Amino acid sequence: MNTSLRSDVPGAAAPAQAERVLRQKEVVTALTEAMPRGAILFRHEDIAPYECDALTAYRASPMAVVLPETEAQVAAALKICHRMGVPVIARGAGTGLSGGATPHHWGVILSLAKFNKIIKIDAASCTAVVQSGVRNLAISEAAAPVALYYAPDPSSQIACTIGGNIAENSGGVHCLKYGLTLHNVLRVRGFMADGEPVEFGSQALDAAGLDLLSVIVGSEGMLAVIIEATVKLIPKPQLARCIMASFNDIESAGAAVASVIARGIIPAGLELMDKAMTAAVEAFVHADYDLDAAAILLCESDGNPEEVAEEIERMEEVLNAAGASRIEVSCDEAQRLRFWSGRKNAFPASGGISPDYMCMDSTIPRRRLAEMLQAIQRMQGKYGLRCVNVFHAGDGNLHPLILFDAEEPDEMRRCELFGADILETSVRLGGTVTGEHGVGLEKLNSMCVQFSPAERAQFLAVKHAFDPLESLNPGKVIPTLHRCAEYGKMHVHRGLLPFPDLPRF
Amino acid sequence: MDSQDPALARMIDRVVAAQAEHSSLDIRGGGTKAFYGEPPRGEPLDVTQLAGISSYEPTELVVTARAGTRLIDLEAALEEQGQCLPFEPPRFSPGGTVGGMVAAGLSGPARANVGSVRDHVLGVTLLNGRGEVLTFGGQVAKNVAGYDVSRLMAGSLGVLGVICEVSLKVLPISRAAATLSFERHEDQALGCSRLWASQPLPVNASAWHDGRLYVRLTGAAAAVGGACSKLGGTVLPPDAAMNWWLSLRDQTEKFFALDESDLGRGERLWRLSLPATAAPVRLPGRQLIEWHGAERWWRTSAEAPEVRAAAALAGGHATLIRGSDKSAGVFTPVSDVLMRVHQGLKQAFDPARVFNPGRLYAGL
Repeated sequence: MNTSLRSDVPGAAAPAQAERVLRQKEVVTALTEAMPRGAILFRHEDIAPYECDALTAYRASPMAVVLPETEAQVAAALKICHRMGVPVIARGAGTGLSGGATPHHWGVILSLAKFNKIIKIDAASCTAVVQSGVRNLAISEAAAPVALYYAPDPSSQIACTIGGNIAENSGGVHCLKYGLTLHNVLRVRGFMADGEPVEFGSQALDAAGLDLLSVIVGSEGMLAVIIEATVKLIPKPQLARCIMASFNDIESAGAAVASVIARGIIPAGLELMDKAMTAAVEAFVHADYDLDAAAILLCESDGNPEEVAEEIERMEEVLNAAGASRIEVSCDEAQRLRFWSGRKNAFPASGGISPDYMCMDSTIPRRRLAEMLQAIQRMQGKYGLRCVNVFHAGDGNLHPLILFDAEEPDEMRRCELFGADILETSVRLGGTVTGEHGVGLEKLNSMCVQFSPAERAQFLAVKHAFDPLESLNPGKVIPTLHRCAEYGKMHVHRGLLPFPDLPRF
Repeated sequence: MDSQDPALARMIDRVVAAQAEHSSLDIRGGGTKAFYGEPPRGEPLDVTQLAGISSYEPTELVVTARAGTRLIDLEAALEEQGQCLPFEPPRFSPGGTVGGMVAAGLSGPARANVGSVRDHVLGVTLLNGRGEVLTFGGQVAKNVAGYDVSRLMAGSLGVLGVICEVSLKVLPISRAAATLSFERHEDQALGCSRLWASQPLPVNASAWHDGRLYVRLTGAAAAVGGACSKLGGTVLPPDAAMNWWLSLRDQTEKFFALDESDLGRGERLWRLSLPATAAPVRLPGRQLIEWHGAERWWRTSAEAPEVRAAAALAGGHATLIRGSDKSAGVFTPVSDVLMRVHQGLKQAFDPARVFNPGRLYAGL
C-alpha cells in the first residue's frame, strides 16, 4: 500500500498517542449522554470495519462510531460533537468510491445504518418516504407491487443507501433518460451540524426560497445530515429491449452514439466498451461478446411494446447506417440481462486480469470520445501500462481502468501519472474530473485543475453558510491551496474491492 | 467565459464600484418579469449586452448561451435542430432573456413530467458580489465536482450574483403529440390526471379549468396513439391544442389577465405549489390547475394570510404573482433555520449586498 496516500487523510499526522486516548475517552463519555453505551463503538476491533469506504487506499481510524436508532439520538450526538468541536462523518453503506466516508482521526463516524425503514410507498402521489439508510434497490422492490420504481440505479444499488446516493448525487446506466438522484428527490429531512432539525425541498414540486435542495444533493455529507427523504417513483416500463452492436473502429462507435442522439432518440441506456474491456469481461462472464469488435455499444429502449418496437427499429437503422459490423437485439429478458452482464461486471473483471487497477471517473463531451480514447492509447505507450475502457456513452461519463501491479517498482507512480493525464485531458476537452463517484478525498487534488482559487473559495464560503464551524465531513471535496499539487485515483489492491460481488459500472 | 470581454468587463467595474460605494444594483435582462418577486431596487445593471449563443452541439443535447440572449432566439435555434427546452419556460413578452429565465426559475405546463428549469441547468458562469467571475458545473450532464452552485442560481432572483452564461440540457422535440379533453369536476380531474400520470402512459402535461380537463400526450407515435384510444375523451385539433398550451405557458389565457378594475377590487393572482395529491383548495375566486394538481393558480381577493394558510394546510406554499399590493410579501417565508442558511449564502456570494436587495426576501 502506498503510504503517501495515508498522509492525505485529514488529521492523520500522528498525534501524541496519550492526547488521543484522553480525547477519545472524553468524547465517548460525552456521547453516552446521547445514546446507550452499546450504540457507541470505540474499541479497535469494533471500529476497524469503518476505517474506509470502498476506496480502500484511504484509511483512518475514527475516535468512535455511533449507531443511533432514533432521531433524538442523532440530534443529541450532533449537538455534543458540535459543542466539543468533534468532526462528524455521516456514513451509509460505505460503498462510495472516492473516500467520501473516510473517517477523520479526531472525528466520529455517524452510521445511519439503523435508519433503514421504508416509511411510505404512496402510489397516488408516486412518491416514497424512506429513511436514509434504506438501500437503493429496496425502494424499487417495495414499490414493485404498485408497478412503480425508483429510477436512479448506481451499480452498487443492492448495497448502497439512498442517503449515500443523495450525498453523491449518484447516477446509473439509465440517467440519460431518467435523470440523476437530484432529479428524483423531492425533499430531505435531517439535521444541521449543530443538531437543529431542518427540511430541504417539499412534498410539492418546489419549495419557497432558494433551491437549497440542489446544493444538498451531491454535497458529500458536508452541509447537513440527512435521515429521511421523499423520492419520486415512476411507472415501471412494460418492456425493455437492448441492442448489442459491434464496430470495427472506435471512431465509428463514437459517431454512432452521436447519430442516435441526432435522430432524436433518448435511449434508456447507451454504453460502450472497448476491445480490451470486452475481452476481460468475456473471460469473466462468458456472455458471447464479439471479441473481434474494436468497440461494443449497448443501446436500450424501454416503454410499452409498441413504442419499444418503433424505437428499436429506428435505433437499428441508425446503428447500421453508422457502420455497425454486427447487430443483435435481445428477444427476451434473459438475453437482455446477458448483454448487460459483462458491462455490469467491468470492474471485477478488470480485477481478474490485473493485480491492481485504478478507476477514473471523468466526463467529457460525447463528441470528444474518439479523441479521448486515442489519447489514452498514446498514454499506454508513454506510461508503459495497459488501460481498459468502459463508457457511459449516453452522458459522456468515462471509466478508464488503468491496470498495474503495486508490487512492481514504479508501476504505482506511473499509474498515478497516467490517471492525472487522463483527468487533465478530460478537463481540457471540456469535461469534468468526476461524473458520479464524487470528489471525496480521492479527487481533492484534481479539483485544483478544474476550479480557480476564487471558485474554490466560493465553495468553502457555501460550506460555511451551512456549517460555519466545519464540523461535517471536514477536509473533503474542497482542497486547500497547499494540496493543489497532484491528482487522485482509485487504487484497488489485488482486486480486493470491499463487496467484491457487487457489480460496478 | 472571458472576463476581458468588454461587456463583461464593464459589468465587473460596475459591481466593484457598487461594492465600494455600498450601493445596490438591480440586475435586468429584458425586464419582462419585473412584476415578479418583491419590487426591484437599485441602479439597473443591464445584462442584455451579454448576448449570443456561445456553443450548441445538438448531438451533445447541450446549449450554452450568454445571459442576455433572448429566450425566443435560443428556442428558434434549438427548433432548427429539432430540439427544445422541454420545461417550457414562460415568455411574458418577446424580450425575455435566458438569464432571466434561470433567475426566475419558472417552468411551464410540462414541468411535472419533464422537470424544471433547475433540472436542466448544467452549468453557469456568474459574477459574484466581489466582482469575481466564477464558473460552476459545466457542459456535461454528469458532473459531481464540487457543490452544485449552478442549480442554486435557478429561482434565486439574482440575489446571489449576475448570471453571465448558462449551459442547459436540451431534448429532442417529441415525434408525436395529442391533446385530449374531458368534462370533469375538480376532484374527478385531480383523480384522473394523477392516476394517468402514475401509469406507463406518455402523459406530458395536464390542466384543468372551467370544468374541463386537458391532457397532453407526447412521445413515439405508437405510444401516443395507444394512449389516445385507451383514455378516450375528445381529441383537440392540433392548432387549438398548441394554442391552449401556449396560452398556459405564456399566461396569455384570459384567466391570468388582471386588468385595472380587477386589481382595484383587490383581486390577485396566486400560485399555489402543493403536493399533487392535496385535496381541492377552498378559496373565494377562480382556479386553474396544472401539473396534475401540483400547481394551482388562484384569482382571488382573499387576503394573503388566508391564501398562505390554505397552501400550508395542503402541505405547500403560495406565491403572489400579480396584484397591486405586495405588502404581505410575495414569497412564503422559510423556517428560521433555512433563513439563516439563506443569509449565510448571501454573505458567501454577495457580502456587500450589492445585488437585487430584498427581491426575494427582506434582508437578503
